[in-house]
Amino acid sequence: MKCQKCGMREATTHIKTVTNGEYAQYELCSECAKEMGYTNIFSDMENEFSNFLGSFFGNALPARTQATRCESCGSTYNEIAKSGHVGCPDCYETFREQLLPSIRRIHGNTSHCGKVPHSLEYTEIKEDSQAESENEKNPEIKIKSLKAELEKAVKEQNFEKAAELRDKIKELEGK
Amino acid sequence: MNSDVVISTRVRLARNLSDFPFPCKLNEKGKQMVVDKVETAIKESNSALSGEIQFLDLSKMNDAQRTSLVEHHLVSPEFISDTKGRALLVTKDNKISIMVNEEDHLRIQVIKEGFNLQETYSTADKVDTLLDENLKFAFNKKLGYLTQCPTNLGTGMRASVMLHLPALQRTRAIGRIAGNLSKLGLTIRGIYGEGSEPKGAMYQLSNQVTLGISEKAALENLKNITEQLVNQEKITRERLFESLETKDAVFRSLGILKYAKSISHDEAMKLLSNVRMGIAAGEIKEVSAETVDRLFTEIQPAALMVKENKRLSPEERDKIRAELISAAL
Repeated sequence: MKCQKCGMREATTHIKTVTNGEYAQYELCSECAKEMGYTNIFSDMENEFSNFLGSFFGNALPARTQATRCESCGSTYNEIAKSGHVGCPDCYETFREQLLPSIRRIHGNTSHCGKVPHSLEYTEIKEDSQAESENEKNPEIKIKSLKAELEKAVKEQNFEKAAELRDKIKELEGK
Repeated sequence: MNSDVVISTRVRLARNLSDFPFPCKLNEKGKQMVVDKVETAIKESNSALSGEIQFLDLSKMNDAQRTSLVEHHLVSPEFISDTKGRALLVTKDNKISIMVNEEDHLRIQVIKEGFNLQETYSTADKVDTLLDENLKFAFNKKLGYLTQCPTNLGTGMRASVMLHLPALQRTRAIGRIAGNLSKLGLTIRGIYGEGSEPKGAMYQLSNQVTLGISEKAALENLKNITEQLVNQEKITRERLFESLETKDAVFRSLGILKYAKSISHDEAMKLLSNVRMGIAAGEIKEVSAETVDRLFTEIQPAALMVKENKRLSPEERDKIRAELISAAL
Protein backbone atom coordinates (compact mmCIF):
# COMPACT_ATOMS: atom_id res chain seq x y z
CA MET A 1 0.00 0.00 0.00
CA LYS A 2 1.18 3.50 -0.86
CA CYS A 3 1.48 6.26 1.72
CA GLN A 4 -1.78 8.22 2.01
CA LYS A 5 0.01 11.54 2.28
CA CYS A 6 2.61 11.54 -0.50
CA GLY A 7 1.12 8.68 -2.52
CA MET A 8 4.61 7.70 -3.66
CA ARG A 9 6.52 5.73 -1.07
CA GLU A 10 5.42 2.46 0.48
CA ALA A 11 3.40 2.91 3.70
CA THR A 12 5.21 1.43 6.67
CA THR A 13 3.63 3.26 9.59
CA HIS A 14 0.10 2.61 10.72
CA ILE A 15 -1.44 5.43 12.78
CA LYS A 16 -4.68 5.43 14.73
CA THR A 17 -5.71 8.70 16.33
CA VAL A 18 -8.64 10.09 18.26
CA THR A 19 -8.73 13.86 17.81
CA ASN A 20 -11.54 15.81 19.51
CA GLY A 21 -13.45 12.55 19.82
CA GLU A 22 -13.10 11.68 16.15
CA TYR A 23 -11.41 8.45 15.21
CA ALA A 24 -9.05 8.42 12.23
CA GLN A 25 -6.66 5.93 10.67
CA TYR A 26 -3.69 6.63 8.40
CA GLU A 27 -1.19 4.58 6.43
CA LEU A 28 1.99 6.59 6.06
CA CYS A 29 5.53 6.15 4.82
CA SER A 30 8.26 6.75 7.36
CA GLU A 31 9.18 10.15 5.89
CA CYS A 32 5.66 11.53 6.04
CA ALA A 33 5.09 10.04 9.48
CA LYS A 34 8.19 11.83 10.70
CA GLU A 35 7.05 15.08 9.17
CA MET A 36 3.70 14.81 10.87
CA GLY A 37 5.31 14.18 14.23
CA TYR A 38 4.56 10.48 14.60
CA THR A 39 8.12 9.21 14.66
CA ASN A 40 8.74 8.30 18.19
CA ILE A 41 5.47 7.69 19.88
CA PHE A 42 6.97 6.42 23.10
CA SER A 43 9.32 9.29 23.74
CA ASP A 44 6.47 11.35 25.22
CA MET A 45 6.42 8.91 28.11
CA GLU A 46 10.14 9.13 28.59
CA ASN A 47 9.76 12.86 28.80
CA GLU A 48 7.02 12.74 31.39
CA PHE A 49 9.22 14.41 33.96
CA SER A 50 10.77 17.03 31.77
CA ASN A 51 9.19 20.46 31.86
CA PHE A 52 5.99 21.29 30.05
CA LEU A 53 7.48 23.28 27.20
CA GLY A 54 10.30 20.82 26.74
CA SER A 55 7.79 18.09 26.11
CA PHE A 56 6.61 19.93 22.98
CA PHE A 57 9.80 18.69 21.42
CA GLY A 58 9.59 15.21 22.90
CA ASN A 59 8.54 13.37 19.78
CA ALA A 60 11.51 14.36 17.75
CA LEU A 61 14.46 13.42 19.93
CA PRO A 62 17.10 12.29 17.47
CA ALA A 63 19.96 10.01 18.37
CA ARG A 64 22.35 10.61 15.54
CA THR A 65 22.43 14.42 15.38
CA GLN A 66 22.93 14.97 19.09
CA ALA A 67 26.40 16.35 18.59
CA THR A 68 25.40 19.03 16.09
CA ARG A 69 25.77 22.49 17.53
CA CYS A 70 24.27 25.67 16.20
CA GLU A 71 27.15 27.68 14.77
CA SER A 72 25.73 30.98 15.98
CA CYS A 73 24.88 30.28 19.61
CA GLY A 74 26.32 26.83 20.36
CA SER A 75 23.01 25.21 21.34
CA THR A 76 22.55 21.51 20.73
CA TYR A 77 19.18 20.09 19.87
CA ASN A 78 19.12 18.22 23.17
CA GLU A 79 19.50 21.48 25.08
CA ILE A 80 16.60 22.99 23.18
CA ALA A 81 14.41 19.94 23.71
CA LYS A 82 15.19 19.90 27.41
CA SER A 83 14.62 23.59 28.14
CA GLY A 84 11.95 24.35 25.57
CA HIS A 85 13.99 27.43 24.60
CA VAL A 86 15.35 27.80 21.11
CA GLY A 87 18.80 29.44 21.33
CA CYS A 88 18.85 31.91 18.47
CA PRO A 89 17.19 32.68 15.10
CA ASP A 90 19.72 30.46 13.28
CA CYS A 91 18.76 27.41 15.36
CA TYR A 92 15.51 27.27 13.38
CA GLU A 93 17.64 26.67 10.28
CA THR A 94 20.20 24.35 11.92
CA PHE A 95 17.61 22.14 13.63
CA ARG A 96 14.86 22.66 11.11
CA GLU A 97 14.11 18.98 10.56
CA GLN A 98 13.92 18.21 14.27
CA LEU A 99 11.84 21.25 15.13
CA LEU A 100 9.27 21.02 12.35
CA PRO A 101 7.21 18.14 13.79
CA SER A 102 6.86 19.99 17.11
CA ILE A 103 5.93 23.22 15.37
CA ARG A 104 3.31 21.37 13.39
CA ARG A 105 1.87 19.90 16.56
CA ILE A 106 1.63 23.31 18.23
CA HIS A 107 0.16 25.25 15.32
CA GLY A 108 -1.21 22.59 12.97
CA ASN A 109 0.61 24.45 10.22
CA THR A 110 4.16 25.37 9.27
CA SER A 111 3.72 28.15 6.72
CA HIS A 112 3.60 31.75 7.84
CA CYS A 113 0.98 34.09 6.52
CA GLY A 114 0.63 37.65 7.70
CA LYS A 115 2.89 40.61 8.30
CA VAL A 116 6.39 40.65 6.78
CA PRO A 117 9.23 42.99 7.87
CA HIS A 118 9.84 46.05 5.77
CA SER A 119 13.28 44.91 4.52
CA LEU A 120 11.99 41.55 3.30
CA GLU A 121 9.00 43.07 1.59
CA TYR A 122 11.40 45.13 -0.43
CA THR A 123 13.69 42.29 -1.49
CA GLU A 124 10.78 40.11 -2.45
CA ILE A 125 9.36 42.70 -4.77
CA LYS A 126 12.78 43.15 -6.29
CA GLU A 127 13.18 39.41 -6.87
CA ASP A 128 9.82 39.21 -8.58
CA SER A 129 10.47 42.08 -10.92
CA GLN A 130 13.86 40.62 -11.75
CA ALA A 131 12.30 37.31 -12.69
CA GLU A 132 9.80 39.07 -14.87
CA SER A 133 12.37 41.14 -16.68
CA GLU A 134 14.34 37.99 -17.44
CA ASN A 135 11.25 36.56 -19.04
CA GLU A 136 10.89 39.72 -21.03
CA LYS A 137 14.42 39.35 -22.27
CA ASN A 138 13.73 35.87 -23.50
CA PRO A 139 10.83 36.23 -25.98
CA GLU A 140 10.77 32.50 -26.71
CA ILE A 141 9.65 31.70 -23.17
CA LYS A 142 7.14 34.49 -23.30
CA ILE A 143 5.71 33.31 -26.63
CA LYS A 144 5.44 29.79 -25.33
CA SER A 145 3.43 30.85 -22.29
CA LEU A 146 1.25 33.13 -24.40
CA LYS A 147 0.53 30.27 -26.79
CA ALA A 148 -0.53 28.08 -23.90
CA GLU A 149 -2.83 30.85 -22.70
CA LEU A 150 -4.24 31.22 -26.20
CA GLU A 151 -5.03 27.54 -26.39
CA LYS A 152 -6.83 27.75 -23.08
CA ALA A 153 -8.79 30.80 -24.16
CA VAL A 154 -9.92 29.06 -27.33
CA LYS A 155 -10.99 26.02 -25.36
CA GLU A 156 -13.04 28.24 -23.07
CA GLN A 157 -14.44 29.95 -26.17
CA ASN A 158 -13.18 33.27 -24.85
CA PHE A 159 -12.49 34.65 -28.31
CA GLU A 160 -12.04 38.22 -27.26
CA LYS A 161 -9.10 37.25 -25.07
CA ALA A 162 -7.81 34.86 -27.74
CA ALA A 163 -7.65 37.63 -30.30
CA GLU A 164 -5.75 39.80 -27.87
CA LEU A 165 -3.23 37.04 -27.18
CA ARG A 166 -2.84 36.26 -30.88
CA ASP A 167 -1.92 39.89 -31.57
CA LYS A 168 0.63 39.84 -28.76
CA ILE A 169 2.26 36.67 -30.10
CA LYS A 170 2.40 38.12 -33.60
CA GLU A 171 4.04 41.23 -32.27
CA LEU A 172 6.70 39.25 -30.41
CA GLU A 173 7.39 36.88 -33.31
CA GLY A 174 7.67 39.83 -35.64
CA LYS A 175 10.56 41.18 -33.56
CA MET B 1 -23.31 47.30 25.58
CA ASN B 2 -20.34 44.98 25.25
CA SER B 3 -18.31 46.75 27.94
CA ASP B 4 -20.67 45.10 30.45
CA VAL B 5 -18.69 41.96 29.77
CA VAL B 6 -15.50 42.96 27.93
CA ILE B 7 -13.31 45.06 30.19
CA SER B 8 -10.24 45.59 28.06
CA THR B 9 -8.45 44.48 24.90
CA ARG B 10 -4.78 43.67 24.61
CA VAL B 11 -2.45 42.89 21.72
CA ARG B 12 1.11 41.70 22.17
CA LEU B 13 3.75 41.23 19.47
CA ALA B 14 6.91 39.17 19.99
CA ARG B 15 9.97 40.34 18.06
CA ASN B 16 13.68 39.48 18.10
CA LEU B 17 16.77 41.08 16.63
CA SER B 18 18.27 38.87 13.96
CA ASP B 19 21.90 39.45 14.95
CA PHE B 20 21.64 38.35 18.57
CA PRO B 21 20.90 35.02 20.25
CA PHE B 22 17.56 34.93 22.11
CA PRO B 23 17.67 36.28 25.70
CA CYS B 24 18.09 32.78 27.21
CA LYS B 25 21.46 32.51 25.43
CA LEU B 26 22.52 36.10 25.95
CA ASN B 27 24.82 37.34 28.72
CA GLU B 28 24.32 40.60 30.56
CA LYS B 29 26.57 42.53 28.22
CA GLY B 30 24.73 41.25 25.16
CA LYS B 31 21.41 42.08 26.76
CA GLN B 32 22.57 45.61 27.41
CA MET B 33 23.46 45.94 23.72
CA VAL B 34 19.92 44.91 22.80
CA VAL B 35 18.49 47.45 25.26
CA ASP B 36 20.68 50.18 23.75
CA LYS B 37 19.67 49.27 20.21
CA VAL B 38 16.00 49.45 21.07
CA GLU B 39 16.46 52.77 22.85
CA THR B 40 18.30 54.24 19.86
CA ALA B 41 15.72 52.91 17.42
CA ILE B 42 12.94 54.68 19.30
CA LYS B 43 14.88 57.93 19.58
CA GLU B 44 15.78 57.88 15.89
CA SER B 45 12.26 57.10 14.79
CA ASN B 46 11.40 60.80 15.25
CA SER B 47 7.83 59.85 15.93
CA ALA B 48 5.24 61.00 18.44
CA LEU B 49 6.08 57.80 20.29
CA SER B 50 9.66 58.83 21.02
CA GLY B 51 8.34 61.82 22.94
CA GLU B 52 5.72 59.91 24.88
CA ILE B 53 7.53 56.73 25.81
CA GLN B 54 9.82 56.61 28.81
CA PHE B 55 12.37 54.18 30.17
CA LEU B 56 11.63 52.70 33.58
CA ASP B 57 14.65 51.45 35.48
CA LEU B 58 13.37 48.36 37.24
CA SER B 59 16.53 47.92 39.31
CA LYS B 60 15.77 51.21 41.08
CA MET B 61 12.28 50.12 42.10
CA ASN B 62 11.30 48.27 45.26
CA ASP B 63 9.49 44.91 45.25
CA ALA B 64 6.05 46.40 45.73
CA GLN B 65 6.48 48.84 42.86
CA ARG B 66 7.63 46.05 40.59
CA THR B 67 4.77 43.74 41.60
CA SER B 68 2.35 46.55 41.00
CA LEU B 69 3.52 46.67 37.36
CA VAL B 70 2.36 43.05 37.09
CA GLU B 71 -0.98 43.85 38.71
CA HIS B 72 -1.48 46.61 36.16
CA HIS B 73 -0.80 44.01 33.43
CA LEU B 74 2.17 46.00 32.14
CA VAL B 75 4.72 43.23 32.61
CA SER B 76 4.71 39.49 33.24
CA PRO B 77 5.61 38.04 36.67
CA GLU B 78 8.61 36.44 34.98
CA PHE B 79 9.89 39.83 33.85
CA ILE B 80 10.34 41.24 37.37
CA SER B 81 11.89 38.05 38.78
CA ASP B 82 15.28 39.11 37.43
CA THR B 83 15.75 42.69 36.32
CA LYS B 84 19.37 42.40 35.11
CA GLY B 85 19.79 43.43 31.48
CA ARG B 86 16.11 44.14 31.15
CA ALA B 87 14.26 47.33 30.44
CA LEU B 88 10.69 48.47 30.32
CA LEU B 89 9.50 51.24 28.07
CA VAL B 90 6.06 52.59 28.72
CA THR B 91 3.97 55.56 27.62
CA LYS B 92 2.66 57.93 30.29
CA ASP B 93 -0.90 56.65 29.95
CA ASN B 94 0.30 53.01 30.35
CA LYS B 95 -1.39 52.10 27.05
CA ILE B 96 1.73 51.13 25.11
CA SER B 97 4.59 49.21 26.69
CA ILE B 98 7.66 47.38 25.44
CA MET B 99 9.41 44.76 27.53
CA VAL B 100 13.01 44.32 26.45
CA ASN B 101 14.73 40.96 27.05
CA GLU B 102 11.90 39.07 28.61
CA GLU B 103 11.40 35.76 26.78
CA ASP B 104 11.99 37.57 23.48
CA HIS B 105 14.10 40.65 22.77
CA LEU B 106 10.98 42.75 22.37
CA ARG B 107 7.45 42.32 23.54
CA ILE B 108 5.32 45.16 22.24
CA GLN B 109 2.06 45.48 24.11
CA VAL B 110 -0.95 47.72 23.65
CA ILE B 111 -3.92 47.81 26.04
CA LYS B 112 -7.19 49.60 25.37
CA GLU B 113 -10.38 49.82 27.38
CA GLY B 114 -13.46 47.92 26.23
CA PHE B 115 -13.80 45.66 23.20
CA ASN B 116 -11.57 47.11 20.55
CA LEU B 117 -9.47 44.50 18.76
CA GLN B 118 -8.96 46.26 15.45
CA GLU B 119 -7.85 49.56 16.91
CA THR B 120 -5.61 47.91 19.51
CA TYR B 121 -3.89 45.83 16.86
CA SER B 122 -3.42 48.78 14.55
CA THR B 123 -1.60 50.71 17.31
CA ALA B 124 0.69 47.73 18.00
CA ASP B 125 1.24 47.33 14.26
CA LYS B 126 2.29 50.97 13.98
CA VAL B 127 4.80 50.65 16.82
CA ASP B 128 6.19 47.51 15.18
CA THR B 129 6.49 49.16 11.78
CA LEU B 130 8.25 52.11 13.37
CA LEU B 131 10.81 49.89 15.13
CA ASP B 132 11.20 47.78 12.00
CA GLU B 133 12.69 50.79 10.22
CA ASN B 134 15.70 50.89 12.52
CA LEU B 135 15.96 47.32 13.81
CA LYS B 136 16.47 44.12 11.84
CA PHE B 137 13.94 41.61 13.10
CA ALA B 138 14.59 37.87 12.89
CA PHE B 139 12.26 36.55 10.22
CA ASN B 140 11.99 33.47 8.07
CA LYS B 141 9.73 33.30 5.03
CA LYS B 142 8.27 29.99 6.09
CA LEU B 143 8.16 30.34 9.87
CA GLY B 144 7.45 34.07 10.07
CA TYR B 145 8.84 36.09 12.98
CA LEU B 146 11.29 33.89 14.87
CA THR B 147 10.74 33.63 18.62
CA GLN B 148 12.48 31.91 21.50
CA CYS B 149 9.49 29.67 22.09
CA PRO B 150 8.00 27.97 19.00
CA THR B 151 4.49 28.64 20.35
CA ASN B 152 4.85 32.27 19.20
CA LEU B 153 6.26 31.66 15.69
CA GLY B 154 4.56 33.23 12.70
CA THR B 155 2.84 36.51 13.47
CA GLY B 156 4.18 36.57 17.05
CA MET B 157 0.81 38.08 17.89
CA ARG B 158 -1.17 37.26 20.98
CA ALA B 159 -4.45 39.18 21.07
CA SER B 160 -6.68 38.93 24.09
CA VAL B 161 -9.81 40.28 25.68
CA MET B 162 -10.39 40.54 29.41
CA LEU B 163 -13.87 39.25 30.17
CA HIS B 164 -16.10 39.43 33.22
CA LEU B 165 -18.09 36.18 33.20
CA PRO B 166 -19.80 35.83 36.57
CA ALA B 167 -22.96 34.20 35.22
CA LEU B 168 -21.14 31.60 33.12
CA GLN B 169 -18.89 30.88 36.10
CA ARG B 170 -21.80 30.47 38.51
CA THR B 171 -23.71 28.14 36.20
CA ARG B 172 -20.46 26.19 35.61
CA ALA B 173 -20.80 26.60 31.84
CA ILE B 174 -17.28 27.94 31.58
CA GLY B 175 -15.57 24.55 31.87
CA ARG B 176 -17.52 23.16 28.95
CA ILE B 177 -16.83 26.26 26.88
CA ALA B 178 -13.10 26.12 27.61
CA GLY B 179 -12.90 22.60 26.20
CA ASN B 180 -14.49 23.70 22.93
CA LEU B 181 -12.35 26.83 22.59
CA SER B 182 -9.10 24.93 22.27
CA LYS B 183 -10.47 23.28 19.13
CA LEU B 184 -10.90 26.76 17.66
CA GLY B 185 -7.30 27.77 18.35
CA LEU B 186 -8.19 29.89 21.39
CA THR B 187 -7.52 29.63 25.11
CA ILE B 188 -9.32 30.99 28.13
CA ARG B 189 -7.82 31.32 31.59
CA GLY B 190 -8.48 33.11 34.85
CA ILE B 191 -6.74 36.44 35.37
CA TYR B 192 -6.62 36.43 39.16
CA GLY B 193 -5.69 32.85 39.98
CA GLU B 194 -6.07 29.73 37.90
CA GLY B 195 -8.37 26.80 38.67
CA SER B 196 -12.06 26.30 38.15
CA GLU B 197 -13.17 29.53 39.84
CA PRO B 198 -10.80 32.43 39.19
CA LYS B 199 -11.29 35.36 41.56
CA GLY B 200 -13.63 38.11 40.46
CA ALA B 201 -14.83 35.88 37.55
CA MET B 202 -12.26 37.66 35.39
CA TYR B 203 -11.03 35.71 32.38
CA GLN B 204 -8.66 36.27 29.54
CA LEU B 205 -9.54 34.88 26.12
CA SER B 206 -6.70 34.82 23.59
CA ASN B 207 -5.59 33.28 20.32
CA GLN B 208 -3.29 30.30 20.68
CA VAL B 209 -2.22 29.62 17.11
CA THR B 210 0.15 32.15 15.54
CA LEU B 211 1.63 30.28 12.59
CA GLY B 212 -0.28 29.85 9.34
CA ILE B 213 -3.00 32.32 10.28
CA SER B 214 -2.74 36.01 9.41
CA GLU B 215 -3.18 38.72 12.02
CA LYS B 216 -6.43 39.73 10.37
CA ALA B 217 -7.88 36.22 10.42
CA ALA B 218 -6.79 35.59 14.01
CA LEU B 219 -8.39 38.85 15.16
CA GLU B 220 -11.58 38.08 13.26
CA ASN B 221 -11.74 34.64 14.84
CA LEU B 222 -11.21 36.06 18.33
CA LYS B 223 -13.82 38.75 17.70
CA ASN B 224 -16.45 36.23 16.62
CA ILE B 225 -15.92 33.94 19.57
CA THR B 226 -15.85 36.86 22.02
CA GLU B 227 -19.17 38.08 20.66
CA GLN B 228 -20.67 34.64 21.14
CA LEU B 229 -19.35 34.41 24.70
CA VAL B 230 -20.68 37.89 25.50
CA ASN B 231 -24.09 36.83 24.21
CA GLN B 232 -24.07 33.64 26.26
CA GLU B 233 -23.05 35.57 29.36
CA LYS B 234 -25.81 38.13 28.84
CA ILE B 235 -28.53 35.53 28.33
CA THR B 236 -27.39 33.66 31.43
CA ARG B 237 -27.33 36.88 33.47
CA GLU B 238 -30.87 37.72 32.45
CA ARG B 239 -31.99 34.32 33.61
CA LEU B 240 -30.15 34.67 36.90
CA PHE B 241 -31.69 38.07 37.56
CA GLU B 242 -35.19 36.63 37.25
CA SER B 243 -34.71 35.21 40.73
CA LEU B 244 -34.82 37.23 43.92
CA GLU B 245 -31.81 35.29 45.16
CA THR B 246 -29.46 36.90 42.61
CA LYS B 247 -30.77 40.42 43.23
CA ASP B 248 -30.43 39.89 46.96
CA ALA B 249 -26.84 38.65 46.61
CA VAL B 250 -25.91 41.64 44.44
CA PHE B 251 -27.25 44.25 46.89
CA ARG B 252 -25.87 42.43 49.93
CA SER B 253 -22.47 42.54 48.23
CA LEU B 254 -22.77 46.29 47.77
CA GLY B 255 -23.79 46.68 51.41
CA ILE B 256 -20.81 44.74 52.73
CA LEU B 257 -18.35 46.58 50.46
CA LYS B 258 -19.74 49.93 51.58
CA TYR B 259 -19.65 49.30 55.31
CA ALA B 260 -16.99 46.66 56.01
CA LYS B 261 -14.08 47.79 58.20
CA SER B 262 -11.74 44.99 57.11
CA ILE B 263 -11.98 42.90 53.97
CA SER B 264 -9.76 40.18 52.50
CA HIS B 265 -8.63 40.12 48.88
CA ASP B 266 -10.74 37.04 48.09
CA GLU B 267 -13.91 38.44 49.59
CA ALA B 268 -13.47 41.85 47.97
CA MET B 269 -12.92 40.30 44.53
CA LYS B 270 -16.02 38.15 44.87
CA LEU B 271 -18.24 40.99 46.06
CA LEU B 272 -16.94 43.48 43.47
CA SER B 273 -17.73 40.91 40.81
CA ASN B 274 -21.32 40.68 42.08
CA VAL B 275 -21.67 44.46 42.16
CA ARG B 276 -20.31 44.80 38.64
CA MET B 277 -22.90 42.32 37.43
CA GLY B 278 -25.61 44.31 39.27
CA ILE B 279 -24.50 47.54 37.57
CA ALA B 280 -24.53 45.91 34.12
CA ALA B 281 -28.03 44.57 34.74
CA GLY B 282 -29.22 48.06 35.60
CA GLU B 283 -30.09 47.03 39.17
CA ILE B 284 -27.40 49.13 40.86
CA LYS B 285 -27.43 52.70 39.61
CA GLU B 286 -25.48 54.69 42.19
CA VAL B 287 -22.08 53.13 41.30
CA SER B 288 -20.43 53.11 37.88
CA ALA B 289 -18.72 50.12 36.24
CA GLU B 290 -15.56 52.24 35.80
CA THR B 291 -15.32 52.71 39.56
CA VAL B 292 -15.54 48.96 40.10
CA ASP B 293 -12.98 48.23 37.37
CA ARG B 294 -10.58 50.72 38.93
CA LEU B 295 -11.07 49.07 42.35
CA PHE B 296 -10.29 45.62 40.91
CA THR B 297 -6.75 46.89 40.23
CA GLU B 298 -6.32 49.18 43.23
CA ILE B 299 -7.20 46.59 45.88
CA GLN B 300 -4.46 44.15 44.81
CA PRO B 301 -1.86 43.63 47.58
CA ALA B 302 1.13 45.30 45.90
CA ALA B 303 -0.95 48.19 44.59
CA LEU B 304 -2.06 48.92 48.17
CA MET B 305 1.53 48.95 49.39
CA VAL B 306 2.66 51.23 46.57
CA LYS B 307 -0.16 53.61 47.41
CA GLU B 308 0.75 53.63 51.13
CA ASN B 309 4.42 53.59 50.25
CA LYS B 310 5.35 50.99 52.91
CA ARG B 311 5.26 47.27 53.62
CA LEU B 312 1.93 46.12 55.05
CA SER B 313 0.93 43.01 56.95
CA PRO B 314 -2.13 41.12 55.64
CA GLU B 315 -4.24 42.56 58.52
CA GLU B 316 -3.18 46.11 57.71
CA ARG B 317 -3.93 45.53 54.03
CA ASP B 318 -7.45 44.25 54.78
CA LYS B 319 -8.17 47.38 56.81
CA ILE B 320 -6.83 49.81 54.18
CA ARG B 321 -8.60 47.88 51.45
CA ALA B 322 -11.95 48.24 53.26
CA GLU B 323 -11.36 51.98 53.70
CA LEU B 324 -10.44 52.43 50.04
CA ILE B 325 -13.52 50.59 48.79
CA SER B 326 -15.90 52.28 51.16
CA ALA B 327 -14.58 55.71 50.16
CA ALA B 328 -14.99 54.91 46.45
CA LEU B 329 -18.56 53.64 46.79
